[in-house]
Amino acid sequence: MKEIVIISGKGGTGKTSITASFAVLAGKDVVVADCDVDAADMHILLQPENKESHDFFSGELALIDQDACIQCGKCDDVCRFDAIDVTDGIYTVDEISCEGCGYCSKVCPTEAITNESLNVGKWHIADTRLNQPFVHAKLGIGADNSGKLVAQVKNIAKEVAEENKKPYVIVDGSPGVGCPVVSSLSGAHFVVLVTEPSVSGIHDLKRVYELVKKFHIKAGCIINKSDINLDKTDEILEFLRSENITHLANLPYDENFTKAMTERKTIVEYGDSNSNSEIKEVINSSWNKIKNILN
Amino acid sequence: MKIAIASGKGGTGKTTLSTNLASYLAESRKVVLTDLDVEEPNSGLFLKSELFFSEDKYKMIPEWNKVDCTLCGECQDNCNYHAVIQVVDTIMVFPELCHSCFACSELCPTNSLPMIPQKMGELQHFKTKNFDFIESRLIIGEEQAVPLIKQTLDYVDSQFDKDVVKIYDSPPGTSCPVIEATKDADFIILITEPTPFGLNDVILAIDTMKELKKDFAIVINRFGIGNDDIIKYCEENKIDIIAKIPNQRAAAELYSKGELMYPKIPEVKAELEKIVKYLESQVL
Ligand code: SF4
Ligand code: SF4
Ligand code: SF4
Ligand code: SF4
Repeated sequence: MKEIVIISGKGGTGKTSITASFAVLAGKDVVVADCDVDAADMHILLQPENKESHDFFSGELALIDQDACIQCGKCDDVCRFDAIDVTDGIYTVDEISCEGCGYCSKVCPTEAITNESLNVGKWHIADTRLNQPFVHAKLGIGADNSGKLVAQVKNIAKEVAEENKKPYVIVDGSPGVGCPVVSSLSGAHFVVLVTEPSVSGIHDLKRVYELVKKFHIKAGCIINKSDINLDKTDEILEFLRSENITHLANLPYDENFTKAMTERKTIVEYGDSNSNSEIKEVINSSWNKIKNILN
Repeated sequence: MKIAIASGKGGTGKTTLSTNLASYLAESRKVVLTDLDVEEPNSGLFLKSELFFSEDKYKMIPEWNKVDCTLCGECQDNCNYHAVIQVVDTIMVFPELCHSCFACSELCPTNSLPMIPQKMGELQHFKTKNFDFIESRLIIGEEQAVPLIKQTLDYVDSQFDKDVVKIYDSPPGTSCPVIEATKDADFIILITEPTPFGLNDVILAIDTMKELKKDFAIVINRFGIGNDDIIKYCEENKIDIIAKIPNQRAAAELYSKGELMYPKIPEVKAELEKIVKYLESQVL
């Protein structure tokens, strides 16, 4: 079983549309995982039906029992996150600021503070409209630890793939260069970097690739909207050569991406105008290239 | 006055709006723009500026000092994040998991885990022609964005008076970093695109702002693509749409070159004017 993760550093490059297209092309051979748990979008294109849903618990929140509290103020003294509110001598926990470190409960002389496990989100096993297993999740508002939820989604996707003997897991990765994307990348066999020829696109590509290098994962790159700035496209190609990243494809600036999305379809399933058939061709050949590299 | 610009997801035009609005507002007011997207700070790419000040930012991490340690194991029990672990006769610290709560350090009976600073990123303060610009950048592989965002906000508060208009380019998403970046703001502008993805993500952002009890309004970017669902949604939920930045290939091209849009596209300037008028009526 091979795991392919699609990332872009920052959103808006067409990452999710391309990931969903690969999922459609892979047909019966794939388990799809949406690891962009902060702002998951792939369900819009793949229209999954949930088969199983589970709560996800991570981290803790302090809770003060007012009957036991003697207002000594020790909790406030030790909390480094300014999460203890004191109003008219009453001590309470500010739920948004509390990081659940548990320090206050360890110093409270009357054991008035308990730590509640936090339900930070939900994860689901579903079937896409093409009857492919699809694992996705939704993080609650303001929740920490999206990295852990990402790891959970990936682990479940792998289990489902093993159980059903699917050769590929396709993962829509998380944005940024922090904890969630670290979890998205760990254990992957191939990374697809989706970028666009803009100053910020190149900046993000280079930054996220530094992270990919730490994991020693083979990488390929798709340049979306490549005709919008040919100089920058050349600059990206130069970067790919220097880092030995496979150039998978150039895609043109094409509003059909948005039109397809509005119909809740992937670009490879949408219409059959000429420019579109070219895009379909290019995405198809990228997917074949990835399969060749992996096998 | 603090105005945060946020979106459910990156790539909807947050940086475009932040940089253009800051630059436009600076024609008539004192402005400081701060890029709080510390994982991928981008605003600086669109601004011609000179470095004025920079400093490394640190977070506090325990360091094991084995001389007095009795291997009592309390530190491991006291860390809720599994960032200190006892392995036979060694205490190991995993800095990237540490939230700097000080529990292990201050509760260690032998003072064997003093907290020491470790670099997590860098803050840079720039001057452009007519406004100040601040950005912080997390070291690659460092997992906690929140402490750096917090320190960046503190820096801005220490350097600028209350009457300076402070614009914050927030990180994407709905989790801790964006909460940290927006919780002290007086007003939030949520920017989105009129597409199914855009609608899905902005609803998440709207829910987040409601949860934080923040005043907010919507700006639609790339208006003209996609559909009208976002407009219907806002009408039904009585949410103000304050501007609609038109979709133009020219805008995408200027963006790709890292240039500001309003000096070259009059329609963008007109929309910025609407935003300023709205902000004046609400908060400025
Ligand atoms: S440490 Fe315990 S007893 Fe003291 S103020 Fe806090 S909750 Fe109350
Ligand atoms: S658990 Fe930690 S962050 Fe929360 S209130 Fe207690 S000391 Fe503060
Ligand atoms: S709490 Fe202090 S003395 Fe005990 S094992 Fe940890 S470092 Fe050593
Ligand atoms: S400071 Fe807090 S989070 Fe960091 S290692 Fe110690 S107990 Fe764990």
